[in-house]
Amino acid sequence: MKKIQDILKERILVLDGAMGTMLQRYKFTEEDFRGERFKDWEYPLQGNNDLLSLTQPKAIADVHRKYFAAGADIVETNTFSGTTIAMADYHMEELVYELNYESARIARMVADEFTQKEPNKPRFVAGSMGPTNKTASMSPDVNDPGFRAISFDELRVAYKEQAEALLDGGADLLLVETIFDTLNAKAALFAIEEVKEERNIEVPVMVSGTITDASGRTLSGQTAEAFLISISHIPILSVGFNCALGASQLVPHLEVLATKSEHAVSAHPNAGLPNAFGEYDETPEQMAAQMKEYVEKGLVNIVGGCCGTTPEHITAIANLVKGYSPRPILVEQL
Amino acid sequence: MEKTKTKFLRLSGLEPLVVTPESNFINVGERTNVAGSKRFLRLIKEEKFEEALDVARDQVENGAQIIDINMDDGLIDGKEAMVKFLNLVIAEPDIARVPIMIDSSKWEIIEAGLQVVQGKCVVNSISLKEGEEAFIHHAKLIKRYGAAVIVMAFDEVGQADNYERRIEISKRSYDILVNKVGFPAEDIIFDLNIFPVATGMDEHKLNALDFIRATKWVRENLPYASVSGGVSNVSFSFRGNNPVREAMHSVFLYHAIKAGMNMGIVNPTMLEVYDNIPKDLLEHVEDVILNRRDDATERLLDFAESVVGKAKESKVDLSWREEPLQDRITRALVKGIDQYIEEDVEEARQAADKPIEVIEGHLMIGMNVVGDLFGSGKMFLPQVVKSARVMKKAVAYLLPYIEEEKLLNPKEGDSEGAGKILMATVKGDVHDIGKNIVSVVLACNNYEIVDLGVMVPPEKIIEEAIAHKVDIIGLSGLITPSLDEMVHLAKEMERKNFKIPLLIGGATTSKAHTAVKIDPQYSEAVVHVNDASRAVTVVGDLLQKETSDKYKKTIKEEYDSFREKFLKRSVKKEYKTLQQIRDNKFKIDWKTSEISRPNELGAHIIEDENLEKLVPFIDWTPFFRSWELHGKYPDILTDEVVGEQATELFADAQNMLQEILSKKLLKAKGIFGLFPANTINDDDIEVSVVEPNSDVADTYIFRTLRQQLKRKEGVPDYALADFIAPKESGVQDYIGAFCVTTGFGAEELAAEYREKLDDYNSIMVKALADRLAEAFAEYLHKEVRTKYWGYAADEDLSNEDLIKESYKGIRPAPGYPACPDHLEKLTIWEMLKVEENIGVKLTDSLAMWPSAAVSGYYFANKEAKYFGLGKIKEDQVSDYANRKGIPLDEARKWLAPNIVED
Repeated sequence: MKKIQDILKERILVLDGAMGTMLQRYKFTEEDFRGERFKDWEYPLQGNNDLLSLTQPKAIADVHRKYFAAGADIVETNTFSGTTIAMADYHMEELVYELNYESARIARMVADEFTQKEPNKPRFVAGSMGPTNKTASMSPDVNDPGFRAISFDELRVAYKEQAEALLDGGADLLLVETIFDTLNAKAALFAIEEVKEERNIEVPVMVSGTITDASGRTLSGQTAEAFLISISHIPILSVGFNCALGASQLVPHLEVLATKSEHAVSAHPNAGLPNAFGEYDETPEQMAAQMKEYVEKGLVNIVGGCCGTTPEHITAIANLVKGYSPRPILVEQL
Repeated sequence: MEKTKTKFLRLSGLEPLVVTPESNFINVGERTNVAGSKRFLRLIKEEKFEEALDVARDQVENGAQIIDINMDDGLIDGKEAMVKFLNLVIAEPDIARVPIMIDSSKWEIIEAGLQVVQGKCVVNSISLKEGEEAFIHHAKLIKRYGAAVIVMAFDEVGQADNYERRIEISKRSYDILVNKVGFPAEDIIFDLNIFPVATGMDEHKLNALDFIRATKWVRENLPYASVSGGVSNVSFSFRGNNPVREAMHSVFLYHAIKAGMNMGIVNPTMLEVYDNIPKDLLEHVEDVILNRRDDATERLLDFAESVVGKAKESKVDLSWREEPLQDRITRALVKGIDQYIEEDVEEARQAADKPIEVIEGHLMIGMNVVGDLFGSGKMFLPQVVKSARVMKKAVAYLLPYIEEEKLLNPKEGDSEGAGKILMATVKGDVHDIGKNIVSVVLACNNYEIVDLGVMVPPEKIIEEAIAHKVDIIGLSGLITPSLDEMVHLAKEMERKNFKIPLLIGGATTSKAHTAVKIDPQYSEAVVHVNDASRAVTVVGDLLQKETSDKYKKTIKEEYDSFREKFLKRSVKKEYKTLQQIRDNKFKIDWKTSEISRPNELGAHIIEDENLEKLVPFIDWTPFFRSWELHGKYPDILTDEVVGEQATELFADAQNMLQEILSKKLLKAKGIFGLFPANTINDDDIEVSVVEPNSDVADTYIFRTLRQQLKRKEGVPDYALADFIAPKESGVQDYIGAFCVTTGFGAEELAAEYREKLDDYNSIMVKALADRLAEAFAEYLHKEVRTKYWGYAADEDLSNEDLIKESYKGIRPAPGYPACPDHLEKLTIWEMLKVEENIGVKLTDSLAMWPSAAVSGYYFANKEAKYFGLGKIKEDQVSDYANRKGIPLDEARKWLAPNIVED
């Protein structure tokens, strides 16, 4: 099977769209979230999407299947909140390994189904590592700017557990994403390096930051280039941005990455900005039309969707990129 | 198509900093460095983080492209300060926009810093000094944390000081980093050591040129690496002559940048534009920097005088004697020259209506200049003490005339001084160097000092304060029991309805103790003052009628709120139970641990040690500290800020030391004993001592205390008893104890100087006696290790190694961190019959008298190490009281500073 590094030189790869948006369609109730296994859990579980990998594995597999069928090369595991830090909200710290392992296993199974059918188009599983719900370089208390709710070491330990489980479950790559505080991401990268060293393996790593608003900076205040410099110390497969903004608004920041980075550049924007009801309503056509600018300018190597995107969006995007060559990159041979 | 990789040094704060071949020289701001900036150190020590942030902000606003942050100082918790300051910096976008240079000689501080900064930092620094293994380990982690690194040209042998060594070390470092660690070459920055030129020493002639040549070599042979350095070092020998220094910096940079230096620490205000340097000066400076002539240094020195514009000061230069009278008096006071003072004062007296006017006029004008210079950090403590000597001499000369005047005009004689201050070292304590310094400095500022000396009982302080109608009482103490004495005195002052302020100072005192323990006992102002310069402003604020009430009120409020905050500190530390810590003791494998039987068991008395033998063992760094000059010896002698003063002070100390040695003015006496010992009941050490002329062994027991603070898993909870084999192991182990002094004669000699109105030398004697006592302890420890005990017979360590305590075995002293309990001194005294044998006594508070004395234990096990006991809990205190057979209250009293307060 071809390595992803080699495929990246040949064409633009397509990442999947939103998991959450798709799961909403199932209208799962509290009982559905709990399933049989957690029916007596002491705390409410509705909204814990990661848990569905254990209680509704079929639904998760179906969503992956729909995205692969829509044209995605890579799907993300259902593990955005799969750290002891984020799972503390549901008192499910003990389940973190299992959640990640199972999520990766489900995605792996579906990816293998598709690769078997289309051996010339291998499918990949990216282990999704979200930002957690705490920030290591910002204080939650405006009156005490020196305070920190979480330390580098706590994050490192939590991310390490997640990364190990994702790899054990069969993830091909790890995707550190929706980074609003670069220090959190650095702890994740540190943990990944430790795992690589201990297991004596190489793992392609995708890094994706989030520019929060029109200021053009991450939530922790860095510009796109400063962010890029801050995460470039370990070998990465790609760097990019996702979430928070729609496709058009990402362009200036992708341009920075495209000129300054030697790695592949990725983008998985939201389906526009949320409307008055908090819904994303850009159609697949609208979104693809905006992303045309990415490919015409040669800014990207991997594209996909974040909040509000569906298999229809991914089909539109996959159709768009077919006709364009990827941005030239320096691929570090692993 | 693939892009080629562009290897530039890329750093980031909130914004990027990319160093390309086209970039201008990168300027690193260095004011946020406690080792380089006195002001920043003070702000950090006083936890004035807001102001400390302003220092950082100013640098960024003034063009620093990177800010260097350093918290290496013995008196602050470097790790905590680094993390706290960085967290605050990160929250200030106008500072955090630039990358940060995390500067420390301690890895744990560097790592803690790397864990709180999101941007790509520079680590300053690592080197091969500690060998390849540590170097590789640190480099690997730095890479993983995502930082660039400064590599010092330093290896196992030492610092590179010539061209070849610079190349050798940088090449070796580079190869290891790039090939073994996989460190990105563009993230390596070499600091190739900038050393001074024109020092007058031949071996320094090539210092600048070698740096420049090595820079060129590095840039040509070590692809993508950068070169950095601290530029002001190069011009040290021209301190005080800024035009020449500025020209030297510019010339040096001009050539170094051409050779490839692309980053460095430069004070922008100390830089002349290269093209604006006058031709002749430029030529002379380039001759020196590039070593173009053999006589370059001499020529620049000669030329430098014309550049300053006024004659350089020299011993034979007496042109200042031509100046007007007031200028001469002021100069004599500022420079501490007492040669002509009587002559000048006489001239002033003849011109004045009344002799008192000379004091109130001429002399005070001069002393005000001294005060201003000291206050603004332009004069240092030893100079001020010398000024005081001149002042005293002048006043002594005038006194008979003033008395005579009083007889003639009895009504007008009394002039009102600025205020009267009582100074005393409290009961049980004998240490007075700090107290004497503060007294001298206050006297310089026209305050009348009533100095009651040392070991002053509270009744006497109260009595004298009333008799002299003093305006302030100042208390000093060095050992922990003195803290209680101070509390007691505050209570007494309250009971007697005193209305005057109380000042607290001395090594063990602190603002926290003052606020929490002393201040609540006394309704009037209580102020903690720990250095001489602050004493002047505090006393001024307290006594000036206009400010006094307001200041006292502010102080009271400040201490109230400090106390409240201190007691509410958010950090709740956790402690283990006595049983838990005993279970988690430090375990030595006694089956394999090497134990040597001492060659000579029993006690040995040293009647009169040759002082000359002790001199090489002196650790000078604390000597400078006692004069409030901060920095490590010998570097302090060339320090940019205090170097000149330190050199002068050191020369004076050497003179005094020679006199002490040649005239045998101090006597060194000591006693030590080596005895069979075993640990019993976890924490006690049982020692068996056979008296001469007796067959029966007496048993003495040392009670040790065990660390109780909950720390990381896997870290043992130490007690000194862990370093001696327990009885049940069946292994016979040994322990030693000692006391040495060089204090006999010191008090008399100091008093002699004081009578001659020479406080400078009086303080000097005591400071030197203290150093000699420490040196004696070091010397004797070595003798014990290599001969009497003999467990390290083949030890071969330099004096520097000794000061760094790199030898095997330890000698902790009761009253210090590993065993803060002073009571154990009584056991040592009893066991060795210290007082009978060498005459060193213990005071009520268990301070040693004479005060230049050191006592302690010897532990020989190679696993023995120094540790800090920290705080202990009530369960251990009551267990200790039981073991020792003393009432719980008494145990509480002695251990108070170490007991956790709930």
